[in-house]
Amino acid sequence: MPDNSRDAILTSIRSAIKGSQHSYDSQHPPIDRSYQRAGSLDRQKCLDLFAERLREYDADVVFTDSANIQNALSKIVGVDPSPAIVPWVVAEGLPSSWLPSSDSLLWESKATVDDLNQCSGVVTTCTAGIALTGTIVMQHGPGEGKRQTSLLPDRHLCIVQSSQVVETVPQAFSILAPAATRPLTFISGPSATADIEMTRIRGVHGPRYLHVIIVTT
Amino acid sequence: MTIRVGESASAPSFQKAALPLLDDSQLRKNVRHATEVIQRKRAIVSEEIPDWQALRSAASQIKQRTLLRLDEYLLQFEAACTAAGGHVHWASDAEEANRIITNLVRRQNANEVLKIKTMTSDETGLNHALEQAGIRPYETDLAELIVQLGKDRPSHIVVPALHKNRSQVREIFREQMNLPDLGDSPQDLTDAARRYLRERFLRVKTAIGGANFLIAETGGVCIVESEGNGRMCLTMPDTLILLAGIEKVIPTFQDLEVFLQLLPRSATGERMNPYNSIWTGVHPGDGPQNFHIVLLDNGRSPILADDEARQTLQCIRCGACLNTCPVYRQTGGHAYGSTYAGPIGAILTPQLQNLQHSQSLPYASSLCGACYEVCPVKINIPEVLIHLRGRVTREQQSSLKPEAVGMKVVASVFRNRRRLETAHRLAQIGQRPFVSRGWISKLPGELSAWTSVRDIRAIPGQSFRQWWKETHRDAR
Repeated sequence: MPDNSRDAILTSIRSAIKGSQHSYDSQHPPIDRSYQRAGSLDRQKCLDLFAERLREYDADVVFTDSANIQNALSKIVGVDPSPAIVPWVVAEGLPSSWLPSSDSLLWESKATVDDLNQCSGVVTTCTAGIALTGTIVMQHGPGEGKRQTSLLPDRHLCIVQSSQVVETVPQAFSILAPAATRPLTFISGPSATADIEMTRIRGVHGPRYLHVIIVTT
Repeated sequence: MTIRVGESASAPSFQKAALPLLDDSQLRKNVRHATEVIQRKRAIVSEEIPDWQALRSAASQIKQRTLLRLDEYLLQFEAACTAAGGHVHWASDAEEANRIITNLVRRQNANEVLKIKTMTSDETGLNHALEQAGIRPYETDLAELIVQLGKDRPSHIVVPALHKNRSQVREIFREQMNLPDLGDSPQDLTDAARRYLRERFLRVKTAIGGANFLIAETGGVCIVESEGNGRMCLTMPDTLILLAGIEKVIPTFQDLEVFLQLLPRSATGERMNPYNSIWTGVHPGDGPQNFHIVLLDNGRSPILADDEARQTLQCIRCGACLNTCPVYRQTGGHAYGSTYAGPIGAILTPQLQNLQHSQSLPYASSLCGACYEVCPVKINIPEVLIHLRGRVTREQQSSLKPEAVGMKVVASVFRNRRRLETAHRLAQIGQRPFVSRGWISKLPGELSAWTSVRDIRAIPGQSFRQWWKETHRDAR
């Protein structure tokens, strides 16, 4: 039965486009991709724009250098004074030298779904940052966690290397091309909705707080 | 084959349905407020990037080319998705899609499913079909949840509950979620939805969604959302079933760099929406291990044959044309009697049904052109509207309605000089009882419909032709 519909749909498409295809191709040049691909900002301006655009989404953004990641991370991991059952979850593969020496961190591989649901937050890295849109892209490799790991907790802390930040969306797609068949998540601020009277409300089903540490070299 | 587009087959004409809505001042206020906010934001973020027009052109070209090779791209998508562990199904019409999905859910022994917002499932009437089969669908998008709990209909393709304000939403949530003390701030209401759904996200093992883009090259799927309900449904359940129209396919992964710039800025006026998910088939150890996608035709493939109207299928469902339309902004979405409201609905709904229903929709427009101006994939909606008016008229001409017969008579008179001059003389005589001071304000019979709302000038005693003959006797 499904096979019949498959054939029926394909036959219907072919009979509908017959003739139009060749006349279209002969009259139209190839796709014009003259939109902006390369960036125009210098490194510092690009990073500043990335931070500014993220802040416009209510993300909390700090800059640090590679020697002080642990320090910057500790400050955020300590922000929530409420006694959570599970403190913070850390994505598998994140360099342990970045982490504060504490027993209150839980590696992702040890965390259950309930842990993720009830923990204070999660720490991950990412694959790319896009300045123009204030976007973090994850391909869920080492350090980035599975897709649900950065979704269920109330806070997401993402560590972005300044070298990962590009200016435009097409630049990001060039970086992502080799990872095209991996799971990819583009994150632009905390989860949000404007479904009621177009009033933007932060925090629906994904994390209510997004912290970003940009590591400069 | 039964093509179904929501409830449009039984919906009254737009002109009839719009009348009571125009009297609903609360609804008009809600719609006006929401559309104004989105329009303002869209204008800012589309004007701030210098290459907006270049992006629109590229998007339009990508879509045009894809539609003319749709069979090839669908087969490429099917092969790649299958190789990555997905299962691809094909559905000729709404009923077949509903049947395939219901059977897949049954095979999981599931009696409840999570749903990501998918207008295509409203088109096919999927929720009703699931309920008939004893399966309970939980809408997880906030606006869709409001519509579902309020036993309402969506009125906008991006913000389906745009016609409700906060106090109306509070009433629905108070009653349906059993929260008598619920406040009416959007924050309170959103928090209530978060709590209501969280437990379900962790418990329910089957999810149903739509798709924004199907990538032929990789077999991947892209879903664009804001709340994280999509990510929940795409990663927490064991089984994921998607329903997507055949026109959702794009050739390459790189093409997304165009659409992911245009769609969020056009739809919600954001530079990027909070979450985009892209995945390919099944990823071991991460997300659903049982992934199905149903490719739906339901009246789409015949539209490809119409060179002028084919562009309708370029639509990426951003809703910008609804927000800018002076007609939609007065009536809201329900007047269109279809899943798809506004200018895009006015051209898509009738075509999906081969003009058998919704013949009034191509007339639900002032042809002002605002929709074309904002369309991120450059669908010339006014052009298609006029084209469809022509098709509707030709269809109606083949009937024996008095108006159609009258038009045929007039046409035959206008085609022949002698008949025209004779008709002229007869009219000069025949109009006499109705003329008063050079005006006719009341005509008898069928013609009274014309004069009930307007006066017409009486036909002058001398026609141009008579005057010409008398004054230019030598000018042969």
